[in-house]
Amino acid sequence: MTGHGRLRRAITVLAILNAQTALAHVQRGEAAGFLTGFRHPISGWDHVLAMVAVGLWGAQLGAPAIWVLPVAFPLVMAMGGMLALIGVPLPGIEVGIAASAVLLGAAVMFEVRPPLVVAASLVGVFAVFHGHAHGTELPAGQSALLYSMGFVIATGSLHALGIGIGTVHRWTWGRTLLRAAGAVVATGGIFFMWKALA
Amino acid sequence: MRAGVVVAVVLIHCVPAEAHLNSTGMGPVYDGVAHFFTSPEDAVPALALALLAGLRGAAYGRRAAFTLPAAWLAGCIAGMTATTSAGNAVLSSFWFLLLGGMVAANVELSLPMLTVLASGLGLVHGYMNGTGMGHSEPALVAVLGLVSAVFVLSVLVSAVVVSLRAEWARIAVRVAGSWITASGLLMLGWAFRR
Repeated sequence: MTGHGRLRRAITVLAILNAQTALAHVQRGEAAGFLTGFRHPISGWDHVLAMVAVGLWGAQLGAPAIWVLPVAFPLVMAMGGMLALIGVPLPGIEVGIAASAVLLGAAVMFEVRPPLVVAASLVGVFAVFHGHAHGTELPAGQSALLYSMGFVIATGSLHALGIGIGTVHRWTWGRTLLRAAGAVVATGGIFFMWKALA
Repeated sequence: MRAGVVVAVVLIHCVPAEAHLNSTGMGPVYDGVAHFFTSPEDAVPALALALLAGLRGAAYGRRAAFTLPAAWLAGCIAGMTATTSAGNAVLSSFWFLLLGGMVAANVELSLPMLTVLASGLGLVHGYMNGTGMGHSEPALVAVLGLVSAVFVLSVLVSAVVVSLRAEWARIAVRVAGSWITASGLLMLGWAFRR
């Protein structure tokens, strides 16, 4: 046997000796799935403004709205996402999303205090538009569950951010600041409405 | 010739493939533990059950902590004797929706009802885990690691939730339940994606 032949055989034997357990079901792309899902709601300002506004409004309204609204939004949003995934069409999505920022921002700006059922219904209706938009844009080939979890956690985190900012409501200057934040959200909503209709 | 003999011997001693296990390199017990904690379709419903039990009190937490792993073990052993894989996204979504919804609504269920839920969850998910593990001895050891992970998660999570006294903290648990339900809804949509 030549030197090369011995080397080849030695490499073959070493490679086989170093054989690892076959993992036919090894998970791949899981982190990418979670991160893609997490990034999705925070990648568009129209979504961010509306979701933060839900938290701001909840903080302004106090208990139980402070937790009912952020619970209602992800649940109904997921319902909207599911409708998009199974192919149920929804017209005027971009207008609905822009309208959510306008109306939720205005609600914060004017400290509107409707009954809880009305507030939750309003938030729920807008959540369908946001969920449907996300559901339509979901990329193929992701880990469905991790994408969904990232998506929901990001949405909830935006609500939590709004609630956190909304805690300034206990001070006089904080109430003014909160109403100014509502004005910013509503202005952003008008901009997105103009873009949607142009 | 001698090299051929060596190759043949090494091939005969190849480690069996464990198609559904994550290899940690630390042995089958840790492979089972890792499998549970890296499989959200298993870990999240178990987490939801622990949250639900914790919200209801210590007796419920104890019941869940022992019933769920026992049922999971029984399900795994039953699944290991099956010949076909039984993974099902719709079935997993069902547990997300049911348990997450119950946590979000803070449902006041009875202790026997919790036992039924824990047994059902353990048997179904244990069976699904078992079908992917084969019949080898390392797989059986991995099942023990997996079931131990179920026990540890149930005990720790339910104990933490039982200890929560602040109203906002209990609300945070219910919000987590709503997130689990929302994830289940989206997962169901993915299962029927067109």
